[in-house]
Amino acid sequence: MKEIILIKNGELVLKGLNRNNFEDTLIKNIKKSLSGLGKFSVKKAQSTIFIEPLEENFDFDLALNKISKVFGIAAFQRACVCEKDLNNILENSVPYLSNILSNAKTFKVEAKRADKRFPFKSPEICMEVGGHLLKHFPNLKVDVHNPEVTVFVEIRDYNAYIRCGKINGAGGLPVGTAGRAAILISGGIDSPVAAWCMAKRGLELNAIHFASPPYTSPRAEQKVKNLLEKVAEYSGTIRLGIVPFTEIQEQIAKNCPEDYFTLIMRRMMMRISEKIARQRNCLALITGESLGQVASQTLPALVVTDSVANIPTLRPLIGMDKEEIVNISRKIDAFEISIMPYEDCCTVFTPKHPKTKPTIEQCVLAEQNLNIEELVNSAVEQTVYSYIG
Amino acid sequence: MDYLIYFDNSSTTKPCETAIKYINDSLNNFWGNPSSLHTLGMFSEEKINQARGCIAKSINALTEEIFFTGSGTEANNIAILGAANALKRRGNRIVTTAIEHPSVLNAIKNLEQNGFEVVYLKPDKYGVIDPQELTNAINKNTILVSIMLVNNELGSIEPITQAANAIKQANAPALLHTDAVQAFGKLPINVKTLGVDLLSASGHKIHGPKGIGFLYKSKKANILSPVFGGGQELGVRSGTQPTPAIMGLMGAVLELQNLNEHLNEINNLKQYCISKLQDFCSINSGPDSLPYILNVSVTGYKSETILHFLESKNIFVSSGSACAKGKKSHVLLSCGLNNKQIDSSIRISFSRFNTKKEIDALCNALQDACNTLRKAY
Repeated sequence: MKEIILIKNGELVLKGLNRNNFEDTLIKNIKKSLSGLGKFSVKKAQSTIFIEPLEENFDFDLALNKISKVFGIAAFQRACVCEKDLNNILENSVPYLSNILSNAKTFKVEAKRADKRFPFKSPEICMEVGGHLLKHFPNLKVDVHNPEVTVFVEIRDYNAYIRCGKINGAGGLPVGTAGRAAILISGGIDSPVAAWCMAKRGLELNAIHFASPPYTSPRAEQKVKNLLEKVAEYSGTIRLGIVPFTEIQEQIAKNCPEDYFTLIMRRMMMRISEKIARQRNCLALITGESLGQVASQTLPALVVTDSVANIPTLRPLIGMDKEEIVNISRKIDAFEISIMPYEDCCTVFTPKHPKTKPTIEQCVLAEQNLNIEELVNSAVEQTVYSYIG
Repeated sequence: MDYLIYFDNSSTTKPCETAIKYINDSLNNFWGNPSSLHTLGMFSEEKINQARGCIAKSINALTEEIFFTGSGTEANNIAILGAANALKRRGNRIVTTAIEHPSVLNAIKNLEQNGFEVVYLKPDKYGVIDPQELTNAINKNTILVSIMLVNNELGSIEPITQAANAIKQANAPALLHTDAVQAFGKLPINVKTLGVDLLSASGHKIHGPKGIGFLYKSKKANILSPVFGGGQELGVRSGTQPTPAIMGLMGAVLELQNLNEHLNEINNLKQYCISKLQDFCSINSGPDSLPYILNVSVTGYKSETILHFLESKNIFVSSGSACAKGKKSHVLLSCGLNNKQIDSSIRISFSRFNTKKEIDALCNALQDACNTLRKAY
């Protein structure tokens, strides 16, 4: 009995002439995520990708878990490969399904005959297979409305397949098909979620983290790496740049009015990030800002931070509540890491009464004593890179 | 690694040579299960009992009054839960302090949730319990008094003998437990004159290995251990004894022959350190605290920033409270320190291996930190 994994493509099937590019990227990403699991072959046909293990002892559970984190997939499931012959389908169905069906009470069979040359029509296949299974599993009853187990029989071009139900995929578009962008990551709850959201829409990720030793801990850097590892399970490898930020923070504290500290700091972050992003052919920045969550995330504050960068900033969380963000954070297993208590670059110099309604002119005036270009260039030059995932 | 200046000895200590030698010896030569009937087991058992005797002697206890545990935390848990379990029919009151280690506080909180009445004594600003309040808290309904010998954050020394007297006066059935994790191997301890029934200690605070502690349980004291298993350590702590860790602990104890001499030397270091710091730091540890621990607030700077600054100069201390997002120290809060003092507190904890030159380096680095770092408030 041969078993494979069937993968149904997500919304990329709606693409027109580009569809092949999307499918090829998806296949590349699937291959990458399954690397290390042994030899397997990958074929595509009729908006479906077929993973066929070429070795005994292929770990299907681990493979399904990995596939559940690949963007661009609508649904997937393991399935039994049969010849396109009703008797062969019946023969395979009992042993293949016995584990599940011997413990179930109700079931139904659904059939899909993609190859219309097959001599039995779908309802006929359902009846035949259903009847056969009923005979072998006396514990079963048919329930077409609310079955415990739904058995699918698919007749395709080359083979027939039996499977139980389906697992929903991660959705979205294959990573890499939308280009590349850089996420500004602090170590909190929001930024890893923002990174995940944009990877889901097909972006390949770079990450930028600002470190201010000794005001921040080396553990804060390790925390960011651990968070990115969680995101990388979905997005694939992430290139992380750690920007030394101590001097800039000290200079701002020394030379600028206190209530503008956070705003000017964020403006500096945007300037540095834009430079790093351009060096790496990133077409946009990504941040985890959510409108009004803190003083630096009011609309006027976003206006003055955006005004320094000539590159779009994507903010997938802008309209989300904290609870919605936390839910995603838990889903991608990042939450427990995010809430570990280390100082990050945003907390040490925080002003008591930050400006919530700044204007661009006020900010320009407030930072007039900073040697902006020199500070930005030196920070970009001293940035240290590593790869995560 | 470069030369380290290590002032975090109340967190853990560097294993001493004798400890390492004994651990090695055990792993190579005494790996039999001490409970086995054959000679391999017997040899291990002999070594364990030798260690037991050596530790017993160091605190004036009998060999059979020492029980090895997996850690100081475990010793505290067994003592507290075990005493309450054995004496629950004879009374309902437990007396402790607000500044105990979490392994004591959380064990007692668990008992409180199960119906025991608990008195948490408040300390003065130096972390010392008032002996009179302690006496008043103990009545004839009291079944357990658990008070640490030395506080881990401030080094304050608590009036344990007072508790022993109060228990006698009140004619209470109480067992007296002391968490001596920060005192054992530093302060000369005599369990008889101290008057305790139960005493916990740990190996890695005195240059021994991690993963080993012990409970002193007086022959007169009965407890019902919460640990179930094969009955090792006379049923107080079931589980195969870790011979290497026990021998390592013995090695560490054997190196501690002149406690009073060390105490004097370290007191000189501490006084020297205080004299250099008092101009720009507030000293949180009291004048009578254990010389090994010095808690100061570098006013205006966050503990964690100072910690990382010192770290960059290869000097290691501990922060009084974790960080802005972390929990504030329950000890310093109970002593009535204000938030700014708590947020900027660091703990400097010495060992007999520290030198005056290292204190100079530390004080200069702290001075340096104040000159270069930006104030947090």
